[in-house]
Amino acid sequence: MAAGPAEAPILTDITVDLPEDGITVIVGPSGSGKSTLLRLLNRLDDPVDGVITWRGEALSAMLPHTLRRQVGTIFQRAPLFEGSVLDNFRVADPDVASDRGGHVLEHVGLSADLLNRDAATLSGGEAQRMCVARALLTRPVVLLADEPTAALDVDARLAIEGLARQLAGEGIAVLWVSHDIDQVRRLADHVLAIVDGKVAAFGHLPELDTHADPAVRRLIGAPT
Amino acid sequence: MTAALLAVGRADIGLTGLAASGGLIAVGVGISLWRRLGLERSLLWAALRALVQLLIVGWALQLVVDPDDPLIWSGVWLLFMLLFAAWTTARRAAGVPKVFALSLLAYALSGVVTLGVLFGFQVYELEGRTIVPLAGIVVGNSLSATVLVSRQLLEAASEQRGVIEGRLALGLSARDAFQPHLERALRTALVPQIETTKAVGIVALPGAMVGLILAGVDPADAVMVQISVMYLVLGSVATTTTVMSLGISRELFTPAQQLRRI
Repeated sequence: MAAGPAEAPILTDITVDLPEDGITVIVGPSGSGKSTLLRLLNRLDDPVDGVITWRGEALSAMLPHTLRRQVGTIFQRAPLFEGSVLDNFRVADPDVASDRGGHVLEHVGLSADLLNRDAATLSGGEAQRMCVARALLTRPVVLLADEPTAALDVDARLAIEGLARQLAGEGIAVLWVSHDIDQVRRLADHVLAIVDGKVAAFGHLPELDTHADPAVRRLIGAPT
Repeated sequence: MTAALLAVGRADIGLTGLAASGGLIAVGVGISLWRRLGLERSLLWAALRALVQLLIVGWALQLVVDPDDPLIWSGVWLLFMLLFAAWTTARRAAGVPKVFALSLLAYALSGVVTLGVLFGFQVYELEGRTIVPLAGIVVGNSLSATVLVSRQLLEAASEQRGVIEGRLALGLSARDAFQPHLERALRTALVPQIETTKAVGIVALPGAMVGLILAGVDPADAVMVQISVMYLVLGSVATTTTVMSLGISRELFTPAQQLRRI
């Protein structure tokens, strides 16, 4: 599969079979196409060449909104909608009641009291967790996370990582883009390394620690 | 111009009157010189340009306003007006996808709807004397609002990309994901017109009415005409901006509900 502007594709040769369990961390230098790959997986963009399949069906043959409700996305900068946290939840699920909203907040480690708070007043960490909760309202089976902790402090970062681990434990496959080597080592069940728009390596972390390519070993912070 | 064309009576201020009113420009120039604003050339150029443009329009209108003139000339005039308005919109709202075609469609549809009501209910007789000025009101008053709504939508698609894609990522359709931005843009474009309509007669006497009264029409009749013109303006601005914004919203997204990169 290839993707990006047709005249200068960002991803040029991606052939990989991603697992639907645990946390797969996608690593690569800046501009290598990590975020582009994530955008393709819920059809915010389409590949210029090739095909992406999920459970045997081409994504291009699925209705975008049906796919997107099963494949949730968390962005680096949490997109907050106008109004309260509950108003934000109602964008994902117009019928969500206060008690369910409260439960979802608690599920992501936030107080149910935040439900009526103006979403714009949440801290960075709270906002990101609220976005996870909002995405969970569509009951996704896959969660895409595009450097969701890049703008957060250490405590908030660890809290979101813990949440990802919890969701993976509940059966939601997580695909997580990261630049942070320590985070890769804390989180990754599987690692996909992309370099220059191509798959440089894919596998379990211990396997990649002994990968022949030193660039891959650097990307995952392999012990020397 | 519009008021004079609608008037039953005639006002002839003559060349002397015209020259005397031109003296008011001298006041503006005098103030500019006195306060060293450096606007003398701009003032004179604007006054001269307005004079020449209106003289040409006045001469050209002679070709269509006579009851014996075939309506085809009014049609030609309308077509030219629509094309010019669409071209102006395309120039002032550059970057909006298919802006020329969309604005041409918006002005044309707005004209059909609003003038259809006025002529359909025989508020005015269908003739060159009424078609051209009324269409001018539709297009002229809609132009600023159409440019504004187009720019607002383009800006939203660029600056609010994260929020829009956030909604798309939750499974919303492109229409629903863009709806809050569309509503905001439409409100921004329509509110000034609504406020102007509310203030009419209190803050300022509208041009059409003043023109009619100066032309010798009974003020009560002038008010009736003015009210119909105000409603025409409101209706045309609302219709044009709605058609334009719906068209732009469609163009901003792919069939796969993806926000295009503009």
